[in-house]
Amino acid sequence: MPNNGNDASPLFADADSSTLGLVGWVVLAVVLMVADHRGRFLDAIRREAAVLAGPVYWLAAAPARASRAAHDLLVDRTTLTEENAQLRERLLLAEARLARLDAVADQNTRLRELLDARTRLGLKAQLGELIDVDLEPFRHRVLLDLGAGEGVAPGQAVMDARGVVGQVVEVLRDRSELILITDPGHAIPVRVARTGLRAIAYGSGEIDALSLPHIPFSAGVRVGDELVTSGIGGGFPAGLPVGTIRSVEPDDSATFVRAIATPAASMARSGEVLVLHDERLRLGADDAAIEFTGPPEALSPGAPTAQETAPPAPAGGAR
Amino acid sequence: MSLRGRADGAVFWSSLAIGLLLSVIALPPYLLPFKPFWLALLVVYWSLEAPDRMRLRTAFLLGLAGDLLSGNLIGEQALRLVVIAFIVLRLRARMRFFPMLQQALVVLALLLNDRVVMLMVRAFQGTPAPDWTFWLAPATGTLLWPWLFLLLDVARIRGARAREN
Repeated sequence: MPNNGNDASPLFADADSSTLGLVGWVVLAVVLMVADHRGRFLDAIRREAAVLAGPVYWLAAAPARASRAAHDLLVDRTTLTEENAQLRERLLLAEARLARLDAVADQNTRLRELLDARTRLGLKAQLGELIDVDLEPFRHRVLLDLGAGEGVAPGQAVMDARGVVGQVVEVLRDRSELILITDPGHAIPVRVARTGLRAIAYGSGEIDALSLPHIPFSAGVRVGDELVTSGIGGGFPAGLPVGTIRSVEPDDSATFVRAIATPAASMARSGEVLVLHDERLRLGADDAAIEFTGPPEALSPGAPTAQETAPPAPAGGAR
Repeated sequence: MSLRGRADGAVFWSSLAIGLLLSVIALPPYLLPFKPFWLALLVVYWSLEAPDRMRLRTAFLLGLAGDLLSGNLIGEQALRLVVIAFIVLRLRARMRFFPMLQQALVVLALLLNDRVVMLMVRAFQGTPAPDWTFWLAPATGTLLWPWLFLLLDVARIRGARAREN
């Protein structure tokens, strides 16, 4: 393009690399940023652009896919058998734990019926996979291959086999964006499982740490305490594992302690996750039979036994 | 210049496309802080070598594309790239004849300045300040600069020769 070809843009025609040009473009950028930050005016543009971005993401994730495929091909037999044995062991453990949970769930159902509780903890989960794309190193956001087409909605909690991973923030047609609980802008209401103390765990910006500032000294939080979601605020269902307290130290005011917790979920980016559909959102649905109580369906191979013992679940009995 | 300029087109656009791709490509987590600001390096190169192509407008649009891809605040990278392009276009006459080492140092300064601009944007946005690893990426960018420069030069010379034959 020759130098005089820019007559088509009258705004900064001759002033493109002059200070005036700089000021013009900077102002435009700032206006866009403010519009995006404040008004979310640009969501429509974002959604349109996302369609174009699909192939780029696909390409960008290709090396990761290829390396995983190569790993699957090249990994030798002994490693596989070892892995298999390990998985078997873990399955056994998980099943044993589930069997115990079934008993607890059963008891819970009976107690709840006694109390005539309306809110019932029903969980439905959907399996999704994270796309290997780096959005930005300093904001912990990842892409999930489920979108509005699969019924995903903003605000849904996402967990992996060990604990809470994050929350859906933006939903497009065929994929959605998650914010991880370690994102510096994220906060999750938690409960210390041992003492029942409620607190808020903030993302620290580091992939392996959550920070809990402002815990009273008297609360007696100790290293090794488990954190679970408290269910307050409604964003996350109660009782999901969030992390373990790693360190506790007094803050500057010496009236509070600040604790650091290690997330329970593996925050590495690739892999499968569960998107939870919280049934409590259907409040007032009195006829909501308890479909399944306890861990998400996709995680529980022993689920049918739980449903056989629970009378209001005819579907389970048929299996 | 004009002949060479036209031959550069393919190299120019494909380098921008690859740069956009590189900016979202998946890296192992321990490499993440080292991820260079690819688009900035490209903007520096093209403003030096082909200022009729890499104008402020191009830098702005490239930044917008980057923002949309990376799910950033729209306008952030656009602002950062426009600032870089402006500085390079101003220093161009001198910077072109710098030896490679000196040029790399200028690139480091540009990238550090860019980090400061980014911090300002983040501060307005209300995100907490990042930790020290935030400052690692400019170093990687500087180390990569000579190689990128050579690679793009070779690509352009090849392109020009292919056109002549």
